[in-house]
Amino acid sequence: MLHIKCPHCGMRSQNEFSYGGDATVKRPELGKEISDQDWDNFVYNRKSLRGKHWELWQHLSGCRQWIKVQRDTATHEIFKTLKANEEIS
Amino acid sequence: MTQSFRLESGGLINRDKKISFKFNGKNYYGYEGDTLASALIANGVHLIGRSFKYHRPRGFFGAGVDEPYAIVQLYRNGETEPNIKATEQELFEGLEAKSVNCWPSVNFDVGAINNFLKIFLPAGFYYKTFMWPKSFWYKIYEPFIRRAAGLGTASIKHDKERYEHKYEYCDVLITGSGPSGLASAYSAAKNGAKVILAEDKSRFGGTLLTSEVNIGNQSGKEWADSIISVLKEMPNVTVKNRSQVFGYYDHNMLVMSERISDHLPKTKKFHPKQRLWYIRAKEVLISSGSIERPIVFGNNDTPGVMLSSAAKEYMKVYGVLVGKKPLVFTNNDSGYETAIEFKKNGIDPIILDTRKEPQSEIIEEAKNMNINIKNSYVVVAAQGYKKVKSADIAKISDNKEELGSIENIECDCICVSGFWTPTIHLASQSGNKTKFNEDIDAFVPGISKQNEKTLGAANGIYTLEETLKDSFEKGNQLSKKITNNENKVSFPNVVEKKSTVHDKFWCVPLPKGKNYKRFLDFQNDVAVSDIEIALKEGYRSIEHVKRYTTLGMATDQGKTSNLNGLQLVSKIENKVVPAVGHTTFRPPYSPVSIGAIVGREVGKHSKPTRKSPMHSWHEKNNAVFVDAGVWLRPRYYKRGEENLFEASKREAKNVRTNVGVCDVTTLGKIDIKGPDAAELLNRVYTNAWLKLPVGKARYGVMLREDGIVMDDGTTTRISENHYHMTTTTAQAANVLSHLEYYLQLVWPELNVNVVSTTEQWAGAAVAGPKSREVLKKLFPNSDVSNEGLPFMGYMEADLFGVKAKIFRISFSGELAYEVNVESDNGYFMWEKIIEAGEEFGIQPYGTEALSTLRIEMGHVAGSELDGRTIPYDNSLEGLLNKKKDFIGKRSLSRKAFAAEDRQKIVGVVPLDKKTSIPEGSHLVKDSNAPLPNPKLGYISASCWSVEHDNPFSLAILKDGKNMIGEKLFVMSPLKNKVIPVEIVSSHYVDPKGERVRS
Ligand SMILES: [Zn+2]
Repeated sequence: MLHIKCPHCGMRSQNEFSYGGDATVKRPELGKEISDQDWDNFVYNRKSLRGKHWELWQHLSGCRQWIKVQRDTATHEIFKTLKANEEIS
Repeated sequence: MTQSFRLESGGLINRDKKISFKFNGKNYYGYEGDTLASALIANGVHLIGRSFKYHRPRGFFGAGVDEPYAIVQLYRNGETEPNIKATEQELFEGLEAKSVNCWPSVNFDVGAINNFLKIFLPAGFYYKTFMWPKSFWYKIYEPFIRRAAGLGTASIKHDKERYEHKYEYCDVLITGSGPSGLASAYSAAKNGAKVILAEDKSRFGGTLLTSEVNIGNQSGKEWADSIISVLKEMPNVTVKNRSQVFGYYDHNMLVMSERISDHLPKTKKFHPKQRLWYIRAKEVLISSGSIERPIVFGNNDTPGVMLSSAAKEYMKVYGVLVGKKPLVFTNNDSGYETAIEFKKNGIDPIILDTRKEPQSEIIEEAKNMNINIKNSYVVVAAQGYKKVKSADIAKISDNKEELGSIENIECDCICVSGFWTPTIHLASQSGNKTKFNEDIDAFVPGISKQNEKTLGAANGIYTLEETLKDSFEKGNQLSKKITNNENKVSFPNVVEKKSTVHDKFWCVPLPKGKNYKRFLDFQNDVAVSDIEIALKEGYRSIEHVKRYTTLGMATDQGKTSNLNGLQLVSKIENKVVPAVGHTTFRPPYSPVSIGAIVGREVGKHSKPTRKSPMHSWHEKNNAVFVDAGVWLRPRYYKRGEENLFEASKREAKNVRTNVGVCDVTTLGKIDIKGPDAAELLNRVYTNAWLKLPVGKARYGVMLREDGIVMDDGTTTRISENHYHMTTTTAQAANVLSHLEYYLQLVWPELNVNVVSTTEQWAGAAVAGPKSREVLKKLFPNSDVSNEGLPFMGYMEADLFGVKAKIFRISFSGELAYEVNVESDNGYFMWEKIIEAGEEFGIQPYGTEALSTLRIEMGHVAGSELDGRTIPYDNSLEGLLNKKKDFIGKRSLSRKAFAAEDRQKIVGVVPLDKKTSIPEGSHLVKDSNAPLPNPKLGYISASCWSVEHDNPFSLAILKDGKNMIGEKLFVMSPLKNKVIPVEIVSSHYVDPKGERVRS
C-alpha cells in the first residue's frame, strides 16, 4: 500500500485516496473548435509511461482535494506531491 | 502410550504439565511447550501423511516454518482447519489432528498405487496426461485428482472466531529474534527509536536456543532471555512472539500475522484468534536467519530423513530424540553440532562427511568425543518404506562423480546438512536486487529499493561475533537517523567455536543400474528426473520450469527445495546459478488464514448498512428490504400472504389511482453554493441552467467527457446562489467527485462550493392523483395548488412546526411531491404523511412498485444509464442544448454516436400479453436463425404494467426509432425462453406527460 503525502493533510495511506489518471492532460477550452484527433487524444489516448509520471489522486476519505502526485509507475516511488492549483514544474 | 523417544531431562518444555492429545484417533501425551511434531516424535510416531502426487509415506523434515511434509488437519473447539504444520502447531490440552492426503488411512493408502504408476505422473502431468479425451476430465480425472491430492479440507461452516486488524507505525521493525534481531533491537531501542520486534515462534532467541555459545559470560539462551526482558520493559519497544511478518509491500508497509489464540484449547472471551498488523516502518531490519539445505540422494523422502538442524532443535528445545541410531550426512560443520548433541545424550551417531580432510574446532571436539566420522562418504539411498531402516552408503571420489562399493548400514534416521540458505524472502519482496554469494552457494540481499537492511545469517553471515557486531552497529545507525541520539551499547564478549569451509557438493549421483527417486521438492513430489524432463522438453526459464514441474509451488513455497532446483538446472544447462536466477518471492512468506486477511469485515460488517430515519417504521409495517448500494430500502410492504409480485402490483396501482408514499432518503443530494453555481451547472448538465428562476427545479442529464450518460436528476434553485442537486442513489459519490474534479482542477476560477447532504435530509415522495389533497392537509398554511406550486416548483413550508422543503417533481409519472425535512424529523414527517393520507387511501410503496411506475412511464434509470448509452439512446436528445458547450458534448459528434440507425430506447410488449420477459434477454428478428443469431438489442428493465395489466419492458434496440410496430422475438438462453413481442413506444403510460402537470 502506497504512502502518499497529501499537501493539505500530510502522509496518509493509499486506501484514503482514489486514482484520477494523467495529471498533464489539459481539458480543451469550452466552446472552442477542436479536431477529432485532438479530442481523441484528450479523452482516450494516454502514454502509459514506465517511469516518472505526474498523476491525479483525490484524497477522498480526507480533505477531498484533488492533488498531483509524481510517481514512478515501475517502482511506485513518489517524488513530489502538489496541490491542485500548483503547476507541475 | 509412552514417550519412548523423550530424553530423561533437558529441553525447554515444562515436564510438570502433561498434555493429552489425539492423532488419527489415538491418544498420546506430551508436555507444555511441545509442538504437535515434537510430541508425536517423542511418542515414536514418524509417519504423518502421504505425499501429494505419489502418496509416498511422509514423516517430519524440519522443526518449524520450513516443514514440507507434516501438514495436518487440525480440530480445535469444534472447528477444523486444514494446512496446519505440525512443526508450528503448539500442543494444547485436547488437541486433535488427522493426516491429510491419506485415503483410507495413513498406513494403508490406496493412492500409493500412484507410486507404482510413475509413468502416469511425470513432470507436467496435469498438462499432458489429463488432457484427453476432454469428456473424461470432469467425470474421471478431476474427481480423482481432487480426492487423491490435497492438503486437507476447509470447513464450510461459518467461522465463529474473531480476527482483528491493527495499524501501527514505528521507527524500526525487526523481523526475527535470533542473535541479529535481539542485538539490533536492543541497540536501536537504547538509542530512543520506536521499535517493534517480531518473532514467528513462541520462544524468543532463534538459534541462540540451540547453539553452544557464550555471550557476556552467559549462555546464548540466558543472554537472549535477559535482552528480551529488558526490551519488554522499555516503553518505546513492542515485543511480539507468535508473530510472523509475512509480506513486504510498497513504501515500507509490512504485514504481520499474530497468532493470539491458536496455541490455546479455545479462544478466551473477548480475544481475537489472530490479529493482522499493518506496519508502516521507517526502517526495516530483516533478521530472519537461514534455513538448512538438504543434500539430494536416493529415496531422500523416506520418513526419518530430516534436516540435521531440526534433529538438534528437537533434542535441545523439546528433549526429544528423532532416532536412536542416527546417521549424520553433512557437507559442512553444522552436522557435527547435531552429532555432538546426540553423543551428549548417550546416543552414538555416525557422521558421513562429503569432505576429504576437514579440520576445525568443532570437528576436533567430535573426534575427542569418539564419534565415528567417515570422510569422503555419502548416503546413496535411504532404505525402508514407512521409516528409514538402513542406508546404502559409499565412498565418493574427489571429483564427486564416482561412487565406491555400496555398503549398507543400519540406522533409524538420517540427519542431513547441505549448508545454509539465507531467508531472503522479505528482502526480495521489498524489491531488493539479490545477488549470488559464491562462498555460501546462495542468494543474499543486494541493492535495496526500500528502507531495508538484512542482518546476520539472513545476510549470509555465519559467525556469531560478526553477526552481533554488525547488528549492534546497524541498530544504532538506523535509530540515529531517526532520533539523532548517540547512545551506544557496549559490545559483549563472545565465545563460539570456529568452523571451516563447507563442501559445495549437493547431489549424490545414482549408482549404476539404480533408479532411485531423488526428491528436490518434498511437498509437491518433484524429483531430479522431473526437472530433467522439463529441460529436455525445452523449458529454459526457471519461472517456466517451476510452473511446469510445480517445483517450489506448494504451500512451503520451496523453502527447502528452491536452491537445489536451481543447482540442478544450472548443472544441466551448464550455467552458473546466478545466471539461472531465482524465481520471484511473493507474499505471504508462509500461509496466512483467510480469516486474518478478512478481519472484522465479515457478514453484516463486510460493508456498512445505511438505514433511513424511517427504517423502524418500515420494519413495523412488514417491509421486506433490499440492498440498494449500502442502503437498506423497503422493496415492498407485505400484506397477509402476498408475494413480491402481488404486493408491488397493489402498491403501484394504488399510486396510479389514489396516493402512495415512498422513502426516497437514499437519493444523493449535493448542496451547491457560490456566485458561479449556475455557470457550473450549465457546464455540467447538457441543458441550459443560466435562466432557472429561484424556486424552480429542473431535470438534468450529465455526461462523461466520452459522451456517455453519467447520471440524471433534478436540481432546484433554492436562492440566488444556492442550489440543491439530486443524484441517483448509486452515483451520488461519483457525481460529487466529478464536480470537485472540475472545480478544483479544470475551472478553478469558478467560485462555487459543493458538499454532500445526502444524510442530512430525509425524503418522502408523495405520489398519485390524490397527493395534493394530502399535501393540503400537511401544509394548511401554504398554497400547494397547481398555481401556487406548479410542476417543477419548489417551496419551503411548515410541517406542524418542522421546517420542510417541498419539490413538485415526479418519478412515477403521477402528480407528485417530494417532501424533505432534516433527518432527525424524518420519522415524524413520515407518520404525519401516513396520518394525513389515510382518508385518501395512502399506502407506502417500495422499490419494486417504484420501478414498475417508472418503467411503464419510460423514465430511464440505472439499468438504462449503464455506462454504455448516450443521451440519444435514452431519448434524452431533447435535453442537449445546441447553443452552449458542456462536458462530453464534443464526443456526441463522433461518427458512431451520430449514426442514423443508432440504438434507442423502446417499449416491448409480449404478443400474448401474458408472458413476463426476463431482464437481460436479447432481441432478435428470427428466433430460428442459425447461431450466432444477430442481436438487435437487449431488455434493460421489465415490469407488470399496472396501467395496462400486462407485461411491459424497456429495451435498448438498434435503430429503435424506426422499429415501433415491428414484431420481434425475445430470447433468453439462460431461462430457455423465446417470446414473440411487439415493439412500442417507451412511454407506455401518459405519453404526453399530462398527469404530472395536473
Ligand atoms: Zn488531504
